[in-house]
Amino acid sequence: MPARVMVVWCPDWPVTAGVAAEDLAARAPAAVVSANRIVACSATARAQGVRCGQRRREAQGCCPELVVLTDDPDRDARAFEPVAAAVEGLAPGVEVVCPGLIALPARGPARYFGGEAAVAERIVDVIATQARVECQVGIADGLFAATLAAHRGLLVPPQGSAGFLAPLSITELHQDATGVDRAALVDLLHRLGLRTLGAFAALPVDDIASRFGLDGVRAHRLARGLGERPLARRDPPADLTVTRRFDPPLDRVDAVAFASREPAEQLHAALAARGLACIRLGISACTEAGEELHRVWRCAEPLTASGIADRVRWQLDGWLTSRDCRPSTGITLLQLTPEEVIGGQALQRGLWGESGEDDERAGRALVRVQAMLGPDAVFTGVIGGGRDPTDRVRLVPWGDDRVPARGAEDPLAGSSMCTEDPLAGSSMCTASPWPGRLPAPSPSRVFTRPLPAEVLDDAGCVVGVSGRGRLTGVPYRIAMDGNPPRRVLAWAGPWPVEERWWEPGGGRRCARMQAVLDVTGPADDPLAVLLACETGHWRVEGIYE
Amino acid sequence: MCAILAAAALDELQLLRFTGIEHLFDTDAFPAAAQVWRCLGTCRHSLWEVTGMMGVGVASVQVTPASTLSERLDVPGGRPSYPVIEPLTVLLPGGGLRRGSVIAVRGSLLLLLALLAEATVQGTWAAVIGVGDLGVLAAAEAGVVVRRLALIPRPGPDLAPVAAALLDGVGLVALAGADGLPARARQSLAARARQRGSVLLPLGQWPGADVELVCRVETWHGAEGGYGRLRSREVVVRAVGRGAAARPRAARLLLPGPGGAVTKALRHLAIKAVL
Repeated sequence: MPARVMVVWCPDWPVTAGVAAEDLAARAPAAVVSANRIVACSATARAQGVRCGQRRREAQGCCPELVVLTDDPDRDARAFEPVAAAVEGLAPGVEVVCPGLIALPARGPARYFGGEAAVAERIVDVIATQARVECQVGIADGLFAATLAAHRGLLVPPQGSAGFLAPLSITELHQDATGVDRAALVDLLHRLGLRTLGAFAALPVDDIASRFGLDGVRAHRLARGLGERPLARRDPPADLTVTRRFDPPLDRVDAVAFASREPAEQLHAALAARGLACIRLGISACTEAGEELHRVWRCAEPLTASGIADRVRWQLDGWLTSRDCRPSTGITLLQLTPEEVIGGQALQRGLWGESGEDDERAGRALVRVQAMLGPDAVFTGVIGGGRDPTDRVRLVPWGDDRVPARGAEDPLAGSSMCTEDPLAGSSMCTASPWPGRLPAPSPSRVFTRPLPAEVLDDAGCVVGVSGRGRLTGVPYRIAMDGNPPRRVLAWAGPWPVEERWWEPGGGRRCARMQAVLDVTGPADDPLAVLLACETGHWRVEGIYE
Repeated sequence: MCAILAAAALDELQLLRFTGIEHLFDTDAFPAAAQVWRCLGTCRHSLWEVTGMMGVGVASVQVTPASTLSERLDVPGGRPSYPVIEPLTVLLPGGGLRRGSVIAVRGSLLLLLALLAEATVQGTWAAVIGVGDLGVLAAAEAGVVVRRLALIPRPGPDLAPVAAALLDGVGLVALAGADGLPARARQSLAARARQRGSVLLPLGQWPGADVELVCRVETWHGAEGGYGRLRSREVVVRAVGRGAAARPRAARLLLPGPGGAVTKALRHLAIKAVL
C-alpha cells in the first residue's frame, strides 16, 4: 500500500514561468517551443486550437497572435522556487518532482489542518497569495495516482487509487512524473486494444513481465495504483561485526576488563549510527590453541555501550575462570556480532520511572549470575492459567519474554502480567476460566518431580480413588518418599480433575487431596501436603511449608 | 551531614584513637553521610565519628554503643529500611528489614516470602537462591510481585559467589542451603550485605544473624475428616537477635491466612506463655 501523497500541480508551468519572465499579460496566448514543437501552451492558446506536439508554424496558423517562448528549464526551476517555499511554509517534507509539480506526504498536514480538503484549500490559497500562481491539488495513494488526481483537482479517498485510475486513458502513463519515456509502450498497448489503465491493470502481472519486461511491470504497477516498486524492504544490515585481535593473548581477568570496553563502544557507536540497538549479542572468542568459544546473550532491554562491555567482560571472565571448559591458552581473537537488532528509540527511558534504577541494578546482577551459571540458571516466574500450581506457573529464563504458558482469568495473574509488565504480556491476557482450580492458599513448595507417596487406612490397606472419584478408605497414615508413615491429623478431598479428555492420548485424569500430617518428634511441626492420585499411584505435588 | 550526625551523637561519645579503618575512607566519591552509615554498618556495636575524614588516612574516632543509637540509624539522611507487611512489623526492630542486616528465617518458606512481599511491591528486587521447588503461586498470594522475584534454583557449588553477585544489585537476597558454607564465606557475605545496603535472608541457621525468626506451626484450619479444604495455618513466630533485636518478640499469625496473605491471628494469645 503506497503512502498517501499530496501533489500540487501548477498547470502549463513552462508557459507561466516564461510569461512572468518576459513580463507579458497573463492572459496572452503563449506557447513554449522546443525543437520546433510546442511543449506547453497557455489556456488561451489552447482555446484557440494550439496543442502540445504541434509544429510551431501549425500553432501560429491556429493562433496568429501566439507568443512563442523558448524552452528554458533553468528559468522554469528558478521561477518555481517561491511556490515550493510557499508550500514548505505549511507542511514539511516537500519534494519538487519537476518544476510545476510538488509532492508531499499528506498524512501529517491533513491531521494538523483537520482534513485533506482543508489542507488542499489552504495550499491553493497560500500559493495564490504568496507566489501569485494558480495551482491544483490532488491527493491519492501513491505519486502517480496523486499526480493524475492533481491534474483533475480531485481528492481520491484512501484505497481508491485503483478505482480512480481504471477508467483513465492508457496515454496517462506518459504522465509519470519520474520522466521515464513510455511512448513506445503506450503506443503498443493502445494498438493491442488496451485503451484504459483498468484494462491494462486487469492483465496478470506474470504475462506482463514475460511480454514487456521490467519497464512493463513498473507501468503495470502504476496502473494498478501501487507504488512503482514493491514496499521498500529493510536494507540488509551492513556487517557490523566488531573483531579484535589480542597480542599478547588475554589470559587474565583484569586484562579482559580493559580490553572489552573499546570494542563494545565501537559496536554500540556503529549500531547507533544506523539508528539501531542490539538485543541479542553474539560473543565469540578464539584461543591461541585454536579453540572457538561462542555464546549468545539475549536481553529484554536493548544494550547500551556499557551493557555490551559488561557482557563481554563477564563472558570472557566466565570463560577464563570456569572450572570445566576453561580454554587451555589465552584469548587471541574476540568477535562481537549483533545477532538481533531493533530500532534505537527503544533505548529511550520511561517517563514515569519504569525501567528505573532498581530494575537496572538488579538486571545487571542477574546477568552477572547468568555469566557464572549459564543462561538457564536465573528465572522469574510468570503466572498464567491452569488448574494446579505446577501448570499455572512458568519459569522464564532471565532476559526472555515473560509470556505465561496459558491464559489466565484471575486478578492475581492479571496483576503480575498485565499491569506490571506492559511490554511482555499485555496481548497475551486472554481470559480463560479454569473451573476446578485449586483455591488459595497454594503450596509454598511445588515439586517439579513429585515425590511418591502411600496412603494407608487404619488397617494398613492402601487407599485409592475409585472410578467415581471417591476414596476407597479413610486415610489414616501417609508415607512420603519412602519415609516412615506419619499419622493424618486432618484431610480433605478428593477432588477429581479431568483435563483434555478430548485430545487423543493427551487426557489427564487425577484426584487431589490435602492432608495435614502429625509431628514425628518434638522439634517437628505438623506438615500439610497436597497429594494427587493418578493411575492408582499417590504423589506429593507440593507441601505447605 | 556528617557533622549533623556526629553532633547528634556527641553527648554519648568517648574519644578513641582508631587506626584500622583507612580503607573505609579511601575515596571521596561518597557523601559524608554514606561514609558514616557504612562506618556504622561495619562496626556494629559502635558509632564511629571521624573527624577530618576526607583525605586523611588515620583519624581520631569517637564511639558510642550502637544499641542506644539504633533508633537514629533510620534517619532520613541514611537509607530507610525495606518495608514489610503490617503483621510482621512487630517482629523486626525498626519495623522493617534494616539495610545491611542479616535476618535468618527458620521453619517456614512462606514466612520468608511474606517478608519479601511489601518491598517488591514498592519496587525493590528480591532473589531466592537454592530453593529448587519454590511455589511462585504461593509467593504471589503472599503479596510478592513475582516480576521482581528472581529465582536461582540450582546455584551448585558457586553458592557464595552467586549470593555475593546478587547482593550487589538486588535488595533482598534469600539464601537456602547456607548451612554448608564455611564461616569465612558467611562472614564475607554478611560484610557484603552491609557494604551494599542489601538484606541477606538465610533460610535456616545462620550464626551471628542480626535477627532470627523462628516459625512454629500450631495448627491448620479448614480441613476436617474429608470435608472443607486447607484455609489457614496458625503459627507463632518468635524473633531473637542481637543489638536492637535482643529483646525477644513474638507474634501469632495466620501464615497463610485465607486467600494466601499473612494476617494476624484473631485468637489472642498471651505471648509470655509462648516464650
